[in-house]
Amino acid sequence: MSSPSRWEVFWRTVIGRAYPRIIGMQRERSWVFFDTLLPLLQVSAFVFIYRAIQAPPEFTGFVVLGGAMTAYWLNVLWSMATQFYWEKETGNLELYIIAPTSLMAILLGMAIGGIVGTTVRAAAVIAIGLLIFHVEVSIVSLPQLLGVFLLTLVALYGLGMLFSSLFLRYGRQASHLSNLLQEPIFLVSGFYFPVRALGFVAALGASVIPVTLGLDAMRQLLFPTMMAQFRFLDVRIELGALVVLSVVFLWSAKRALGHMEDLARRDGRLTIRGQ
Amino acid sequence: MSTELAVKTEQLSRVYKTKKRETIALDRVDLEIPTGELFGLLGPNGAGKTTLIKILTTLLAPSGGRAWVAGIDVAQNPWEVRRHISMVSGGESSGYGLLTVEENLWMFTQFYGIDGKTAKTRIREMLEIVGLTDRAKTKIYHLSTGMRQKMNFVRGFLTNPQILFLDEPTLGLDVQTSHTLRAFIKDWVGKRLDKTVLLTTHYMHEAEELCNRVAIIHDGRILACDTPGNLKTRLQREVVFRLQVTAIANPERLFQDLRGVQRFSHAEVNGHTELNFILEDENALPPILTTIQQCHGELISLEKRAPTLEDVFISLVGRGFGEGDVSAGATEGEPQ
Repeated sequence: MSSPSRWEVFWRTVIGRAYPRIIGMQRERSWVFFDTLLPLLQVSAFVFIYRAIQAPPEFTGFVVLGGAMTAYWLNVLWSMATQFYWEKETGNLELYIIAPTSLMAILLGMAIGGIVGTTVRAAAVIAIGLLIFHVEVSIVSLPQLLGVFLLTLVALYGLGMLFSSLFLRYGRQASHLSNLLQEPIFLVSGFYFPVRALGFVAALGASVIPVTLGLDAMRQLLFPTMMAQFRFLDVRIELGALVVLSVVFLWSAKRALGHMEDLARRDGRLTIRGQ
Repeated sequence: MSTELAVKTEQLSRVYKTKKRETIALDRVDLEIPTGELFGLLGPNGAGKTTLIKILTTLLAPSGGRAWVAGIDVAQNPWEVRRHISMVSGGESSGYGLLTVEENLWMFTQFYGIDGKTAKTRIREMLEIVGLTDRAKTKIYHLSTGMRQKMNFVRGFLTNPQILFLDEPTLGLDVQTSHTLRAFIKDWVGKRLDKTVLLTTHYMHEAEELCNRVAIIHDGRILACDTPGNLKTRLQREVVFRLQVTAIANPERLFQDLRGVQRFSHAEVNGHTELNFILEDENALPPILTTIQQCHGELISLEKRAPTLEDVFISLVGRGFGEGDVSAGATEGEPQ
């Protein structure tokens, strides 16, 4: 039997690693409560604040959309970036490393599995949010909206792959990074308000996190009237920036994974557990 | 390097450095394992067995020297090495609990690019061999330790590797499961001349039962490497006794200076003290019995037996094999 090509190994790895995430979600239904209803409570808090101060109704839409995108950010931080730490603890990482496949393929599989699972959760948050709070949207361009959404995910999960290279070497020590990034990014990326409110320079700095640009562009494409006065950048510029971020993060992730794997092999950290 | 050698190392070393100290885990190891051999690496915990396996499976970089697997340099071309190898470790907890046995196995085959049909056929056949067919659809968090290790075994063999590394594969398993897995390993290598297995173990009988050749490793150094039979004939001139006595204190102090005692080790077994002696000849026995009497010990049993690999280890290292086994040679390091 001929040995499979590198490409065949790559895409089979992607499917193989995506499988447990997708199947796992079906077999453990607790996510319905923890990942849908609990985030809605936070969204509700912001909605009631906006209503109390008599903000325009579009702000409710901003919050619901931000609440849905929160699920992706958390998924990237805790199920992509930190995943190699957990894989090391269970012994799976050793088996990934000694397999003739690439860690990028493993991570892509995790990302696809994570995106499928998180999209179901995010969609549930949006659907319930729209239903409860009677949010009205006016889609400017569906292709652009889908494009922004998909590019945001590509760039975001590319960033997650880049972070995971740190966990490959530093293990649990790197979890401080995830803790450090979680709440501040909720603030600076404008999950619950238009990012322009932070000022142009701060918004520009926060744009290194893809969800900042993605959220702003999606809000412009869903709530055009209100966002005319709050928009950060033109949607086309944000689309272009997301393309650049996607390429940069994916390329950097590939380089960093190779480098960190090499360093970890030299340090002996690839297989040391509990560090 | 000749590709007829499945594994070769030259002066292979590994030093672990921390802020406070340096530990030499492997010390200039030279090893040649021809294709088709079931090779055993025998040593106590911390001897360097796992470090060697990690280097050969590309998980760890050597600090010095070189190593080749399937003729490929492990440090220079790890990706190429990985196409030829697989590994199973004892006490492994790999896989995902929410997936079934066959789903986990299928997932791992995908990392090797094996097509779905071939993977499913192999999984079915291998589960049958290890007696796990009825558990194929069981989620792995429901499996016992032994069953899980059987699944790990299947995972290691599924990809039909050219060279298989088994790192203490029967660690902590019950007698029956260990026996099944050993029979499986023997059968697998026996029927395939192009396959090589490097097995690390600290179970003497496992090495003796399975391996064509055995290397004894201690403190990162290979002390001897030969067939189990040849290793044991090194002790042919000496006589080996096992004595069971009622508990006695400080046996190392009592016996280490006795004339004719080449090596001895001791262990506490069921409330008794078991003493293993390698003696120059039988004339060395009476002083031992006298010493036991003098310290109010009571002889329970005395057995003269053929040398085992454990005796070989004791003669080379100067102490017993078991973890925490404190025993002494007649003199430090060298026979009297």
